[in-house]
Amino acid sequence: MQGLALAATDLACQRGGRHLFATLSLTLAPGGALWVTGANGAGKTSLLRILARLLRADAGRVRWEGNIGLLDDRLALDRGATLGAALGFWARVDGVALADRAAYAARVGLSGLEDVPVDYLSTGQRRRAGLARLLGQGADHWLLDEPLNGLDAAGVGLIEALIAERRAGGGAVIVASHQPITLLGAQVIAL
Amino acid sequence: MIRLGWALLRRDLAVMWAGTGAWLPVLFFLAVAVVFPFAVGPDPRLLARMGGGIVWVAALLASIMPIERLVAPDIEAGFFDQWAVRGVSPAFVLLARVKAHWLSFAPPLMLSAVVAGGMLGLDARALGLVELGLLAGTPGLAALGVLVAAVTAGLRGGAALAGLLLLPLAVPILVFGAGALVAGGESGLALCAAASLVLVAMTPMMGGAAVKP
Repeated sequence: MQGLALAATDLACQRGGRHLFATLSLTLAPGGALWVTGANGAGKTSLLRILARLLRADAGRVRWEGNIGLLDDRLALDRGATLGAALGFWARVDGVALADRAAYAARVGLSGLEDVPVDYLSTGQRRRAGLARLLGQGADHWLLDEPLNGLDAAGVGLIEALIAERRAGGGAVIVASHQPITLLGAQVIAL
Repeated sequence: MIRLGWALLRRDLAVMWAGTGAWLPVLFFLAVAVVFPFAVGPDPRLLARMGGGIVWVAALLASIMPIERLVAPDIEAGFFDQWAVRGVSPAFVLLARVKAHWLSFAPPLMLSAVVAGGMLGLDARALGLVELGLLAGTPGLAALGVLVAAVTAGLRGGAALAGLLLLPLAVPILVFGAGALVAGGESGLALCAAASLVLVAMTPMMGGAAVKP
């Protein structure tokens, strides 16, 4: 157990009477990465939600050392609010300083869009806003569900760079994606 | 914890104002008070006797108007997932939401009750009792709205079910609150406040258990 970012043992999950996986065990060291891949409906999202403790596994245990951040297709940004207000809410929840908020927005390429309503942003811009929220949370480890959806080539590069930085900072990163993503030295689970 | 509470309350109020607007329940409330005399006839004595009860029914209906927007959209948009990942309990979130829901409808309602009371011919004593009763009862109505919204979130046809679930639970507040208007019934205010407190105390725990992933 010592020195591991994540230890999950004997996970099992069935949805709607279908066995998605059973006796799935995995460990991640700090700085480690895991790519969960598989066809649509193979259980990538279910596994990620079990690892995020948002879904109860039918069997098994999940143990994290440190706190986790989650990015999936539900971005938790108020669509009627401006981008600045929507991100500002999470910044207040996470206790992010004002200067840092601007820095995170700049990092994900959303500078100058603070006054634009979330509804008016493109899909890719909304995904980038989700990344800004994730950066602001300052979590140790990241769980990313289909993070490449809706992103252009520059956005893919941005995600890969951010993941590399988080890993360099001692965080473990789990990516569930049916698209290939560059993760140096990552474990791969094909469901 | 306090910082988090303020952040939640501030967002909840902003979302509620930005939605259909907090004036809609108030307009609805006033519309009921305006229409009622047309329906039952303009007899001042009859209206004065019924006025308090009308105000109470209108208040109840106004409080359940935004019920399907109270919890379900936040579950769909992933807010509760993000709070869970951060270790924020749903009970804490729902407590803030009860406060925000109360702030968004009760004070405007109590102000417009003065106008409605005038249109229905309530005397000063009756109007005072209605206002005191609303002060005691609306926190319970706000809590009940959030509780039922949490329990029915994610159910198909949840809004229709919500009305059915909510009305019987609102009856004690209505009975004691409106009952206080009868001569010698002032002690109903205390019972109304008690029923209201029970609902406020129950809601975070029960609603939180319903929302938990």
